Amino acid sequence: MELAARVLDGDKTACARLISLVENESPGYTDALKALYHRADDTYVIGITGPPGAGKSTLTDKLVKLLADSGERVGVLAIDPTSPFSRGAILGDRIRMAAVSGNPNVFIRSMGSRGHLGGLSKHTANAAVVLSAYGCSYIFVETVGVGQSEIDIAGMADTTVMVLAPGLGDDIQAIKAGVMEIGDAFAINKADKEGAGKTYRETLASLDFKTDWDFKPPVCQTAAETGEGVEKLLENIMAHKTYLYNSGELNAKRARRKAAHMRDIVRDRLTRRIERLIASKADVLENGADPYTLADELIKERFQ
Amino acid sequence: MRPIRILVAKPGLDGHDRGAKVLARAFRDAGMEVIYTGLRQTPEMIAAAAIQEDVDVVAMSILSGAHMHLLPRVVRLLKDEGVYDDILVLGGGVIPKEDIPLLKEAGIQEIFTPGATTAEVIEYIQNNLKRALG
Ligand SMILES: Nc1nc2c(ncn2[C@@H]2O[C@H](COP(=O)(O)OP(=O)(O)O)[C@@H](O)[C@H]2O)c(=O)[nH]1
Ligand SMILES: [Mg+2]
Repeated sequence: MELAARVLDGDKTACARLISLVENESPGYTDALKALYHRADDTYVIGITGPPGAGKSTLTDKLVKLLADSGERVGVLAIDPTSPFSRGAILGDRIRMAAVSGNPNVFIRSMGSRGHLGGLSKHTANAAVVLSAYGCSYIFVETVGVGQSEIDIAGMADTTVMVLAPGLGDDIQAIKAGVMEIGDAFAINKADKEGAGKTYRETLASLDFKTDWDFKPPVCQTAAETGEGVEKLLENIMAHKTYLYNSGELNAKRARRKAAHMRDIVRDRLTRRIERLIASKADVLENGADPYTLADELIKERFQ
Repeated sequence: MRPIRILVAKPGLDGHDRGAKVLARAFRDAGMEVIYTGLRQTPEMIAAAAIQEDVDVVAMSILSGAHMHLLPRVVRLLKDEGVYDDILVLGGGVIPKEDIPLLKEAGIQEIFTPGATTAEVIEYIQNNLKRALG
């Protein structure tokens, strides 16, 4: 049986192999995705973002455990930065996911960003398609959020959880401006630590600046290490999910996501074509005409 | 060419992972994607992670003396899942000389004792992968 069919059959080895095939853009990966994409909307995607060390992996572990224990098959995609120097990466999110690694209902995959900016890797969304075809009803996507990099995850997830914690210094201040636009739910983690109450109140206050919410993001305190508050967080996520379903916003959101995905694919292919065309014009480039004139000529010749 | 994916795991109950962390960084600097799982991993957790992460190598570092039980158990699980033929399984740590042939017979391809340099381990991996890097 071919890989895509085995994934639909619930074969975990095939699922892992196909994610690699996609990640490496190996021959056949687009055909496999075409065969699986119809399952993409069967899954609910939850993004977990926030500064390094806030407790995203520990929280994910506990959230996933709640869902897996209630019988759901859950996928986790954990993205960490790839070193631009060696192109290697240390993917360490599993360290905090001991409660669910080895659970037969849970499939965890660590991904290096491989040069992609914005907190995700180029094929994170496609890896989620594979996991949904494999049968995951929920997928958690953990990504480090610093500054603008939360925006990618907000584009990919149905519900985005922003995890903050006291004692992370300027990080929270630095991301605050962008942060409040991104979270559909907030978890103020490390409730056991000094300063948690202050971070909680500050977060609430900064959400008050906006008054015309369609869905005001709920804020709750958690202590991920003990599991305290995690059920409440899951309730808050589910409240957002219910809002998205009932308002029709879920379909609209997913249509926007598909448009963005398609835009990426088209742009990617056109870029490659353009690179080839320009490379084939080495002689013209050495002979003087300005880049605007050359661009006009190239577009006229090939695209009109 | 795709990167080598390697799982670095610490089976058993001993409490520190300095050596494993040094190795993980060396592997990263050699261009590998290192899935680092931390302490106290059971063979079942290691095998599950190896499958889900689709790794080329499982490298286990162990100090607790339980190597004769834990390392072959991981090999057994990988064989049961039908992935052993694709994954290079390595062990490292304070392992008595007389145990090494037994471990190799059980399917641990190579054992690195504390004298081995990270460069040696990396070279071994690059030359002994079971799957092409495509
Ligand atoms: N005190 C305290 N520490 C926590 C809590 N949650 C996580 N941590 C610790 O914070 C550190 C970072 O956690 P991790 O989940 O790896 O954070 P991530 O980088 O956001 O994924 C680890 O040492 C955790 O043990 C919590 O609720 N309270
Ligand atoms: Mg993490």
